[in-house]
Amino acid sequence: MSSRDIILAQVRVNQPPASDLPKVPLFDANLPSPWPQFQASLQRMGGEILDCPEGVHLNALLAQHFPQAKIIASVVPEVEGNFNVVQGEDPHHLAEVDVAVVRARFAVAETGSVCFTEQELVINALAYLAQHLVVLLDVNEIVGNLHQAYQRPEFQMARYAVLHSGPSATADIEGTLVHGAQGVRTLSVIAYQRTPCVV
Amino acid sequence: MKPVDQSAAADMFIADVQHERFHDHHLWDLRKGRDQERDQIPEWETLRQLASDIKAHTLTHLADYLEEFERNATANGVQIHWAQDAQEHNRIVGEIFAAHQVKTVIKSKSMLTDECQMRPYLAELGITVIESDLGERIQQLDDDQPPSHIVVPAVHKLRGDVAKLFARTINSDPNNDDPKVLSEAGRQSLRPHFLAADAGMTGANYLIAETGSFVVCTNEGNADISANLPPLHVASVGIEKLIPRIEDLGVFIRLLSRSALGSPITQYTSHFRAPRDGSEMHIVLVDNGRSARLGMADFWTSLKCIRCGACMNTCPVYRRSGGLSYGSVYPGPIGVILNPAIDLHRYRALPYASTMNGSCTSVCPVKINIHEQIYQWRRIISEKQELPLLRRTALDVAAKVLASPALYRRVIAGVDQVSREFPRALIYNPLNAWGLQREIPDAPKATFHQWWAKNRGADHE
Repeated sequence: MSSRDIILAQVRVNQPPASDLPKVPLFDANLPSPWPQFQASLQRMGGEILDCPEGVHLNALLAQHFPQAKIIASVVPEVEGNFNVVQGEDPHHLAEVDVAVVRARFAVAETGSVCFTEQELVINALAYLAQHLVVLLDVNEIVGNLHQAYQRPEFQMARYAVLHSGPSATADIEGTLVHGAQGVRTLSVIAYQRTPCVV
Repeated sequence: MKPVDQSAAADMFIADVQHERFHDHHLWDLRKGRDQERDQIPEWETLRQLASDIKAHTLTHLADYLEEFERNATANGVQIHWAQDAQEHNRIVGEIFAAHQVKTVIKSKSMLTDECQMRPYLAELGITVIESDLGERIQQLDDDQPPSHIVVPAVHKLRGDVAKLFARTINSDPNNDDPKVLSEAGRQSLRPHFLAADAGMTGANYLIAETGSFVVCTNEGNADISANLPPLHVASVGIEKLIPRIEDLGVFIRLLSRSALGSPITQYTSHFRAPRDGSEMHIVLVDNGRSARLGMADFWTSLKCIRCGACMNTCPVYRRSGGLSYGSVYPGPIGVILNPAIDLHRYRALPYASTMNGSCTSVCPVKINIHEQIYQWRRIISEKQELPLLRRTALDVAAKVLASPALYRRVIAGVDQVSREFPRALIYNPLNAWGLQREIPDAPKATFHQWWAKNRGADHE
């Protein structure tokens, strides 16, 4: 017998009497307004909101916010970077990226999370090897809580789906919170409507 | 193997006042943070019950869910391996790496690989494993000291300890013990390892049968780099980590980090379903005693554990003793009930590292009756004659006294005399654990029975 069959057989013999699988409610009555709640939650998690005043181009806003940045890798049509991220390429060369700009698939108000899949990231490692992450979010695409989030198709369909809730963080030395552990040092969200797809 | 002397190890930890005090206070802060989060969620207790019930259902149908998971993961292009025990797990991982000529591995946190003693095994094969979680890395650099807490592995160290360690191992400034500077030094020293690794390893917090995917929760982003940079991702996971559906994650993710650290969610909640183009993804499903535990009527619910560490943060014994004193990968209350099933003789002292206050049970997000299982383990240890002589003798005396009301009353009436008239040397000696580190309070002047006879006895006669 293979190890697989031995384990499954032993599990079957030892399983306690069956109990039922409960229904999980959405707990979404009386949820607060999503955009203000999202902002508060994001800030709690160490992320920030970047305001884009009317008439200011995103390129200019980023140049102003990240004056030291040499390499900006944008995978959104709204921002012009100076570094090409090509699907299927070796992710190691992304280690030099200062600022990555991506669009969130959707966001979660309860936890201040933004969701990406391999589609938005083009190369998954982009969201971790860059020093700073800038996220465009359409404020019409915010769900109230995690129960609603897990109704979304991304978790069934995507090869890789991730919720980022603020930048990378550690409190492993005397409980002192430090942002920029192994992943990005900052995560900034810009409210920016999704450009309608023209076919 | 020699039994772990948790109490003696705790004595050493307590003797260092500065460390002990920080440890105690910091972990209690995490507990308070958990309470604050709980108070903001009206459905908190409902979520705990749901989590407990979902786990109970999954564990009582585990074989079917394992097969469903395997089927779906295989269809997604993930390669599934099965390991009956630690040795087989290590052999499988070693073979996967050998087949890909892997020499260096970047790894995120996994209690299971520690349980399997994987690092030393791979080292003998010439494979270097670098821990990428900062706390785990600190422990690895410190002569492979084991983690002392399952969520915050180096919580028993102070900043000065880390400054000295980093100065010795990664050439940081020995005179700068600012945690920000030290964390940055850790980041800078780990970066090249990420970029050079031939393979990445992670654990998993949840396996989802419905989709064949698995979820990893971290704060540092290290698991996502480990998984998304090298062309090979191996995840080692215990078979008890299954849940049936994606929607069940709503319950568990809401509870996990709130219970662990008092934060609403981990910075990263990562769902892996299929490998990237041009890369491979392997999952090693590990039993290592779990299927046997499933058959233990009093103890199978310990398999519900989601490794949040809340029971450690709240436990007065853990907070004052430090995790290393438990001599096991799993310290604290959850370790107290997991370890005796692994080796009763070696871990026979652990169920006594508890005041039986039940706080662990009250905070457990999946409602494991931890303190009741601690009591059950004490019974087994006593039945199997694993009690040390002194404790056995004391309990034999207690059993005789408590079994006879008349004898009990005579002894209790004499206690006052004992604490007043016995020489200090008789009370405060090494044979009487209750006389260590505390003054025995004066006994009341009369026993309850004497008081009752004097004050109320007449009314009832």
